[in-house]
This record gives sequence, C-alpha cells and structure tokens, in this order.
Amino acid sequence: MNPRQQFAATASALVREDPSVALVYAEISGQFLGEVERDHPDRVVNVGIREQLLVNVGAGMALAGLRPIVHTFSSFLVERAFEQVKLGFGHQGVGGVLVGVGGSFDVAAGGRTHQAPGDMALLDTLPGISLHAPSTSAEVDAALRAAIASDGLDYLRVVAQTNEVSYPHRPGRFHVVRRVPGAPVVLAVGPALDAVLAATADRPATVLYANTIRPFDPAGLRAVVDVPEVVLVEPWTAGTSAHAVAEALREVPHRLLALGVDRRHELRRYGRPEEHVAAHGLDAAGLRASIAGFLAAGSLRAIS
Amino acid sequence: MTSTYEELPRLMSLMTGDEKHSAAATSTLDVIWVLHDRVLSLGPGEDRDRFLLSKGHGPMAYYAVLAARGLVPEEWLTDWGSFESPLGLHPDRNLVPGVEISSGSLGHGLPLAVGTALGLRARGVDSRVVVLVGDAELDEGSNAEALALAAARGLDALTVVVVDNRSASFTTPGRIVARFVAEGWAYAVVDGHDHDALASALSARPGRPNVVVADVSGPVRPVAPAPSTHPEDAR
Repeated sequence: MNPRQQFAATASALVREDPSVALVYAEISGQFLGEVERDHPDRVVNVGIREQLLVNVGAGMALAGLRPIVHTFSSFLVERAFEQVKLGFGHQGVGGVLVGVGGSFDVAAGGRTHQAPGDMALLDTLPGISLHAPSTSAEVDAALRAAIASDGLDYLRVVAQTNEVSYPHRPGRFHVVRRVPGAPVVLAVGPALDAVLAATADRPATVLYANTIRPFDPAGLRAVVDVPEVVLVEPWTAGTSAHAVAEALREVPHRLLALGVDRRHELRRYGRPEEHVAAHGLDAAGLRASIAGFLAAGSLRAIS
Repeated sequence: MTSTYEELPRLMSLMTGDEKHSAAATSTLDVIWVLHDRVLSLGPGEDRDRFLLSKGHGPMAYYAVLAARGLVPEEWLTDWGSFESPLGLHPDRNLVPGVEISSGSLGHGLPLAVGTALGLRARGVDSRVVVLVGDAELDEGSNAEALALAAARGLDALTVVVVDNRSASFTTPGRIVARFVAEGWAYAVVDGHDHDALASALSARPGRPNVVVADVSGPVRPVAPAPSTHPEDAR
C-alpha cells in the first residue's frame, strides 16, 4: 500500500471507529473512499470541485463538535484555499486534520499547477499548527491516528517518495539516525532522509530525521551541534525551517546551509518526480556536492 | 432578552457617540433583533440554534443586541475597537460571548454554516443554522460553492438571510433570488424593517435550505412600537 492509499485506509478506519471523526474531500482520492462514504454518508462528504468550500465545511464541522479530516491535493488545499485555512480553522480557534497529497514532486508531469513546494512555508505562518511529513506508509498511519487523537490544527503532507525505514511518530523530538561526535549535523526532513544518508555515507556527519517539523525540536538540535556547521534538507521550499534553526542556535555561532526546492526560479519542466528531485539538487549526488562545497568553504571565524 | 428594541438606539449610541445615528439606519439591526427576540432558540447548550454573522463589518447592531441580551456588558461598548476591548471592528468568537463565528473577510460565513449544518446533522442535533450575509458579499464566489452543496445535501436546517441594501456592483434585478432558486432553494423577499414580516419569513422551515432577502433599500421607518417578545404572537 503506498502512502496515499494508506491515508485513505487509515482515514476510513478512523471514521468507522470514532463517531466524532468526519472526512471531507473534493473529488480527489474518491476512488479510495467510496466504501466508507456509502457506509457513513453523514460524516464522509464529497463537496465536488469546490476547494474553498472544502476547507470551510471542515471548519464548520469542527465548530459543530466533530474532528474533521480535510483532503485534496496540497496545491488546492493549502495554496488555493489558504485564507479558509487561516480563518476557518486558525482564527476561529478550532482544530482539524488537513491531509494534502502531491507535495512538490508527485505530479511532476503535471507541471506547476499541481505542485505545492510552498505549502509548508505558507502553513508555517499559522500560530500553533503542527506540520507532519510522514515518509512511509507506516508513518502516515501513525501520524494520522495521532493527529486525530489530538485537538489542534495538523497538516499531513503525504507524498509518493518514501524512506526505507519507518520512525516513530513523536512530535517535538527529532530522531538521531547517526551520531558522529565532532562532525557537522545534517537535519533531514521527511522523505529527504534516504538521499541524505546516501550523500553522507562516506563522510563523518551526524544525521537527524524529522517526520514532524512543527513543533521543531530546538533542544534536540542543540544537543548534537558539536561544530558550528548545520545542513538543513527539506523537500519543499528551501529554507522553510531556517528560522527555526536560527532560533534554536541563537546563542551558538554557526553556519547554515538550507537546501530544498529552489525559491528563486520556477523550474517549468515536466518529466518524472526523480528528475525534479535531482533538478533541485535533492538527490544523493546533488546533496553530496552541496554539502562538500559548504564544508570546504571554510569554518566560522570572528568578523573583525 | 433583558432589554427592548427601544433601548437599542441608546446602546448603539454608546459606540457611535451619535444619538441621531438611529437604530433603523443600520441595515442589519432589525434582522438581528428579530432573529434574537422572536425566531431563534439561543443559549449555551449544544442544541442551541446558531446565528452566524457573516457580514462582519459594521457590527454595532450585533454588539448592541448582544448587550441587550446581557451577554456583553454595556461598558464594553464605549471603547470598542480599542486595544483593550474584546469588541473589534470585526467580531471574534474567541473574545465575545455568544458569537458563533469570527468574521470580517467576506464569503466565509455561508460555507462555515454549511459545514456546521452538516456537522450538527451528523451528530443528530436538530438545531437551526441562520447566517446573515450582505448582498454585495454574495459576489464572493465561495458562496456559489456553498449554496450548491447545501441544496444537494438537503440542508433543511439552514437559512440564509441576505440584507439587501443594494451595495453590490454590476448587479441585475432579481439576481439574488435567482442564484438560490437555480440550486433549488426556497425563498422569500420581505421588507427588512418590518418585524412581523421578518419573523414570519425567518421562522419558516420549508423542508429545504431557505433564503430570506431582507430588502432594506426602502425608506427608513421610525423606530417601531414595542414588539411582543412572545414567539406565539409573531405567527
């Protein structure tokens, strides 16, 4: 089962298990949701091609006391309907679980209209939101169940690209995948982990993994920063979490290399997801070159 | 209700500082008053009727009615909009007792009302959901999305009241009603200052989603005689 099918399976199970859970979607993924919709027509609602409505119907259900899952492609869920997310959930002060699919690269051949590398940066402007990037089907299942069990506003970014190994869902605490004392730190977020591990296999580096990036884990990062070099790798807009790194290390002189989807140019290419990953320098070869260049560029010195 | 309609001008003057800014001159006052005084069953319980003010700008009438209901202390009215006040130029449900939605940006209330009505129905709560929108606000495309789904899902608990003060640009005669009727809504058009007509139209539950257009474009009437507070007398 791929991550998107896992989302549909877990969401359907949650609707069946818990009468306070609702599922709202906008045609997308309907091929996976027909059965639960037939069984629970009051709590599973397809709104049609109406994304502004999608988000506010979910928010309205939350106002009525339900815990809604709100789902479509990330581009339409977050970018098209952002004000509905900001006001319907954030400003009303109600919770919900937004689940976007597609991410930055899944629909590479579809072009810019179906790619949402800016979703995390946009949502990061909302106070208190939790941002999850589960990167295996098992992580999708765990993250969705945990998000439903909480009462805040959660976003799950479900994409086709996966890592080899699943890590537990524990918001606010990064996973230490490899610890090399005295070495630079690479923080790999979501499905960037496997490429990071491949890119650093032949050099000393401590590797952290985050499948939840908000809340951030400032203490976990500080605990492994032995030398003043940090590399952040996010498979969405480059530098989205740079401010969180800066805040975590505000008392620690450091250099930061923030890698991700190029924010200066629109790629304007079709093709396959792995070609887009490579074009943004996020495959193992690209990461290896960027990290080597960053570390070779010199160490931190006092400005005088 | 702890106050009467005649007291609303004084409550509103606490915000406007202008007694001559009469109650009836505010387009939404009569609709909000009649809903609260004669139509809706309100209170703190989960089974209360919901009133959603989507047209969040110009909330003086709403605040005055909340003060008349005893939910907002009168002293809040005098410094509304200030840094220390819970009463803003657009209401915030997290700050003001009795307010169901935070509004201000147009075109959100009706979609939220559709979600609320769906959610209440899923929970087996048979409360009414009444949302007040402005005629110009209906130009926000989000409303078109919402009124289509409301009809398709047969949301008979949902009523939209359109306060029509002819403020929309690029309009055509009859378009407000036509938009709803095209999707299968029931409708009524009434004088937006006529309390009995408003109470009758807003109390109706025709078995499908219902729109009441409250026309406030006509001549402003003097403050009406004290209406009865007994719902039975309104019918």
